[in-house]
Amino acid sequence: MILFFLSSALFLGWSLGANDAANVFGTAVATRMVRFRTAAIFCGIFVILGAVISGGGTTDTLGQLGAVNALGGSFMVALAAALAVLWMTKAGLPVSVSQAIVGAILGWNVFTGSQTDVGSLIKIVSTWVVCPLLAAVFAAVFYLAARRLIARWSVHVLELDAITRTCLIAAGAFGAYSLGANNIANVMGAFVPAFPVRSVAIAGLFTIDSVQLLFLVGGLAIAVGAFSYSHRVMMTVGKGLFRLTPVTALVVVLAEAIVLFLFASQSLESWLLSHGLPTIPLVPVSSSQAVIGAVIGIAVVKGGRGVRYSVLGKVAGGWAATPAIAAVLAFLGLFFLQNVFGLGVVRPTPFRLSEAVMERVSAEGLTSLSLEKLKGRSFENARAFKVALMDGTDLDSADVSLALEFAGRDSFFIVPDLIGAFDPSLLTVGQTDALRALEWRGFSHEWQLRERLVEETAEWALLPDGRENHQHNKAVRYRLRHVYDTFRVPLEREGR
Amino acid sequence: MTRIFAKTKLLESQIDEYLNHTSQVGLLFLEAIKDYLEGRFEEFESRRQQVGALENHADELRRDVERQLYAETLIPESRGDVLGILENTDEVINAAKVTLAQVSSERPDIPDELDGDFLELADYGNRAVQELVMGIRAFFRTAAVTDFVHKVAFWEKEADTVAERLRRRIFAMDVELACKIHRGSFVRHIDTVADEAEDVSERLSISAIKRSI
Repeated sequence: MILFFLSSALFLGWSLGANDAANVFGTAVATRMVRFRTAAIFCGIFVILGAVISGGGTTDTLGQLGAVNALGGSFMVALAAALAVLWMTKAGLPVSVSQAIVGAILGWNVFTGSQTDVGSLIKIVSTWVVCPLLAAVFAAVFYLAARRLIARWSVHVLELDAITRTCLIAAGAFGAYSLGANNIANVMGAFVPAFPVRSVAIAGLFTIDSVQLLFLVGGLAIAVGAFSYSHRVMMTVGKGLFRLTPVTALVVVLAEAIVLFLFASQSLESWLLSHGLPTIPLVPVSSSQAVIGAVIGIAVVKGGRGVRYSVLGKVAGGWAATPAIAAVLAFLGLFFLQNVFGLGVVRPTPFRLSEAVMERVSAEGLTSLSLEKLKGRSFENARAFKVALMDGTDLDSADVSLALEFAGRDSFFIVPDLIGAFDPSLLTVGQTDALRALEWRGFSHEWQLRERLVEETAEWALLPDGRENHQHNKAVRYRLRHVYDTFRVPLEREGR
Repeated sequence: MTRIFAKTKLLESQIDEYLNHTSQVGLLFLEAIKDYLEGRFEEFESRRQQVGALENHADELRRDVERQLYAETLIPESRGDVLGILENTDEVINAAKVTLAQVSSERPDIPDELDGDFLELADYGNRAVQELVMGIRAFFRTAAVTDFVHKVAFWEKEADTVAERLRRRIFAMDVELACKIHRGSFVRHIDTVADEAEDVSERLSISAIKRSI
């Protein structure tokens, strides 16, 4: 069944390989500097490596946007995105898998009444503008530098050819690695919250966690896409947009690879943090946008001649249409999946202002007589609860968010056997001891479990938001998610 | 990777050798004409044979370079231009070879008073060839070719002026028409060397513009 659900993600991975991967090596193959076979092999290998080794970074952002928490939902989100991508490809427009998946997640949020994290949405949407701009700036700078270097160096054309070829393969491999790291979240991100976290031993040699396994499978799908269908797209990307010389092709690949890397690298993020520099949000960006940005950057430096602005307008229109189409497709698909096939597309998260929740929110300073009216009532989902809060109380939006944060119902039961099954490298000794202290205890809210753990040891505590605590909080949240996933009991089985 | 760079070095040296041959043909051409005009027929024949041998070797080199460029899909963007330049340069070598062969077989009768002009014409042809070779080397070194192209055009124009003057002097002489036409045909042949050099240099300047990144 899981394989069936994953099929839509594999389809999406395949189309990502056929389109976005083509962007990485497209200019190299179209200028006949790198053979298609060579490009496909390098692309496949490095996409898989990027996905497995550095794929986690952007997943968190997508997870925050909307935690698609049931396999049926993940299936439809990926399928809707893949169909939107396919549709846009047929329309001859450069595809952005990132935008399609964001649109599809929003469609899931609307359908299931889940909350959309506006902060994450703004973060993602702003990168759709920043990414091509950044690529354009990088490409312009690299182009000017390359022109100056070549003029001074007076290298033999044959040597320049050999050097350009080598650099194209290296930059392409780097681009493919960054693409894998940055875009795997698009393919598999929607499955991550729906997948229980476990460690898996590969041939008894080494272990990877189930998220990495998921990313490996997604990476393979992207590689297959690159091998089987990217040739035509490569030729379109490399020749259709703008006439590129081998050196400008290299500049495009390099600028694109660096932009993808900036938006995907967790190591870069921690390096920037440790040096007190501003970080770049880890967000899945579009390689199509990066390529087009880079090409335009070069064209502008060259005096703006030869840019087909009508094509550019059409492409930008496609970028706006893709998320909208994916959102609508996801909404309709989820409707069919749930009502026609009877598949669960969301893990039910009812909301209830229980005694415990009332106490908790008043501890946060939220005391309102109007809230009392809703006490004890259950709401089907976040949207219904939010509507009731907005209509039935005098709370402002900050108080509404506070109530939403604490009133979500869940169910956890700390089974000792499951503590033993934990990967010992995942938790610290103190964190494991804290879990042991809660054996056989049940909790109705994530915050209850978290706060009990913090009472046992400060190692479970989230520190105030700020750059110095960023890495610590990220690690704690990751471990908390493991704990939630491991000890969660489906609500309908609760009390048996 | 090492293979690519080793192959590149070999090709570079072959192209360099080809250009050395072209330059040498230009110099030998001038010396051969000088020998002929001064009546040193043996030396003339020896230089003519040297030009023939250089032409043969240059042909082999050119074919080998072209084959490798295509077989290894090297410099895909400027391959056509490079082949065009190499093949047209071959025409310069051919023009020198054919002219010397004609002199050798037809032994034109050049009066002493025309020696200076003939020598000047051959000299300008040689200068055009030397500038052309430097221009092609600059093209391969991704450097500016404008100066060289300009000089080739200059020497070609000078050669044309001398050729025109020579033709007028020849046809003003009191000799048989057949003799005038025979001498005139040699003026045209010697002038061809500079003409061919100019053709290549024009192609070179277009290729250099296309190649700019």
